[in-house]
Amino acid sequence: MATKSPIDDPRIDPRTGEYEVIAPGHTFRSVTQKIAGLVLTGNTPLGWFGGLTVAGGVATLLVVAMTWLFLKGVGIWGVTIPGAWGFAIINFVWWIGIGHAGTLISAILLLFKQTWRNSINRFAEAMTIFAVVCAGMFPLIHLGRPWLGYWLFPYPSTMNVWPQFRSPLAWDVFAVSTYATISVVFWYIGMVPDFGTLRDRAVMPFAKYIYGLFSMGWRGSTRHWVRYESASLLLAGLATPLVLSVHTVISFDFAVAAMAGWHTTIFPPYFVAGAIYSGFAMVLTLAIPIRKFYHLEDLITLRHLDNMAKVMLATGCIVGYGYCMEIFMSWYSASHWEFFMMWNRMFGPMGWAYWTLILTNLAIPLTTLWSRKLRVNVVYLFVLSLLVNTGMWLERFVIVVTSLYREYLPSSWGTYRATRWDYMTFIGTWGLFTFLFLLFVRLLPMIPISEIRMMLPQSKIRPGGADAETVVEETL
Amino acid sequence: MTPREGIYGLLAEFSTPGELVRATEQAHQAGFRRMECYTPYPVEEAAVALRFHKTSVPLVCLLGGVMGMLTAFLMETWITVWSYPMNIAGRPLFSWPAFIVPAYEWTILFAGLSAAFGMLALNGLPQLYHPLFNAPNFRDGASTDKFFLCLEATDPRFSILETRAFLEKFAPVSVVEVEL
Repeated sequence: MATKSPIDDPRIDPRTGEYEVIAPGHTFRSVTQKIAGLVLTGNTPLGWFGGLTVAGGVATLLVVAMTWLFLKGVGIWGVTIPGAWGFAIINFVWWIGIGHAGTLISAILLLFKQTWRNSINRFAEAMTIFAVVCAGMFPLIHLGRPWLGYWLFPYPSTMNVWPQFRSPLAWDVFAVSTYATISVVFWYIGMVPDFGTLRDRAVMPFAKYIYGLFSMGWRGSTRHWVRYESASLLLAGLATPLVLSVHTVISFDFAVAAMAGWHTTIFPPYFVAGAIYSGFAMVLTLAIPIRKFYHLEDLITLRHLDNMAKVMLATGCIVGYGYCMEIFMSWYSASHWEFFMMWNRMFGPMGWAYWTLILTNLAIPLTTLWSRKLRVNVVYLFVLSLLVNTGMWLERFVIVVTSLYREYLPSSWGTYRATRWDYMTFIGTWGLFTFLFLLFVRLLPMIPISEIRMMLPQSKIRPGGADAETVVEETL
Repeated sequence: MTPREGIYGLLAEFSTPGELVRATEQAHQAGFRRMECYTPYPVEEAAVALRFHKTSVPLVCLLGGVMGMLTAFLMETWITVWSYPMNIAGRPLFSWPAFIVPAYEWTILFAGLSAAFGMLALNGLPQLYHPLFNAPNFRDGASTDKFFLCLEATDPRFSILETRAFLEKFAPVSVVEVEL
């Protein structure tokens, strides 16, 4: 690290010069009590009820907007010809991209043995699932006749009609439904041992009963743990190619179409990097208030924030490369249409969106995240995470809208203007996401307890089978 | 249902994983086979002491993956070539490169579900009743901070008095009888 921090800071490990992953002084029992206590406590913080009320109120906007949509049809939205894709597709891509960081943290960082991820993986996975819930709604309500959404799946119908497998839109169905299923399974399997802990520590009979049911009789047997670890590793190994494929398939929705600005080979990697970029920003947006509100600074330390900021810096650079390559290819392709598309994107009527996204996705983060002081500055990171998420939403807006509203034939040019129903639906999904997330932090262990136990120095056994106490004394 | 008689085994409680592993290793060397460790997090050394390293979870996962791939690919082929042939932009009916994407997704879907549910099935979970939960100290410790070794009564070497004396040698926090 370029900048030296004060040596007397007890949160910094003197051997590595990095912040500790877990603050020293914890025991198996203290971490268990701390995390399980958040769920099993009888005193729900008032702030939680306040948050749930506000989030629920915002989520009702979604209910109202959907009701009106089902009564009137997609005509209430701003989608027209030529701009046939609007907010619904933008929001779909944005939400599912946010979900990808959760899978990255839980799967890819597990394969790379990045143990620091243990503190944040549970709620990052929860974020994935709730983001996929929000994302999955949009293509369905965009169908026009959402009650026929099951036609998307291959099933033997009396009409003898089947999906058309040469279309990326049919691939989407497979990619997103697989992603949702595997994310839920991975999340649940990860929670089974912690449900066992909650079952054993719960006092209320109802809590004992429910957590007991979900723990499925888990008792921590060594033979069970071996199979469990094997299954976790396999699921991580499967989720890794899955997460890369999901945004790749989503980018195919664009790249397979013969539209200027969409028909490019860089889309798959560029979409995946952008997804992880915005996802890590969302993890920061959630982690920073949570660690403050629930006093989890010992378990979600500055090291986590620092590392997440580094991942954002790396993926942000890839996204920046993608932007540059788009500009370069629009010139190098020697295609009049590609060139005009880029000119229109930058200097056309919606140029403001392009320059705002360049500012919030590249100019601000990629210049400041190199500084460690700013990477561990909680307030700065929180503001930055909001900026990046805005920028990533604008990126999808720019991709979807600017290619469509001024396409090949100038005679069919139009514009795109979102209606109040578009905004209500979008803002409503923020409410739904927050509502689900608040329920999660109250009812489920938001930090994986058994994985945190493994990170404590007491858990290490010296080769030769010597007693563990000696090791404890050495490290504490 | 036959009435439950006798005991399930003797349960020794330890405070550190090191003590547990030493006791398990010694018990194995003394000839005990029907035994199991219970820990609040995976302790690899305990699995080594129990001589348990091979699981069939990866095999179940592989079979699931192969099944998913074949299911998706054959279904797509049957649908587009025989059941519902359509001319899409002049492409051949058997346009297999386009079929790869759903086949890839279902490989992962089936493999993941097989790994997860296969693991549960091999573990015998969900399980509504297990005698160990009758031990008074098990629920407080096993899922929090204590390490348990259970020598089961079905082992031919098991005898309440001698086995208890054997376990007491490792200075456990306690040794309790687990009722069936």
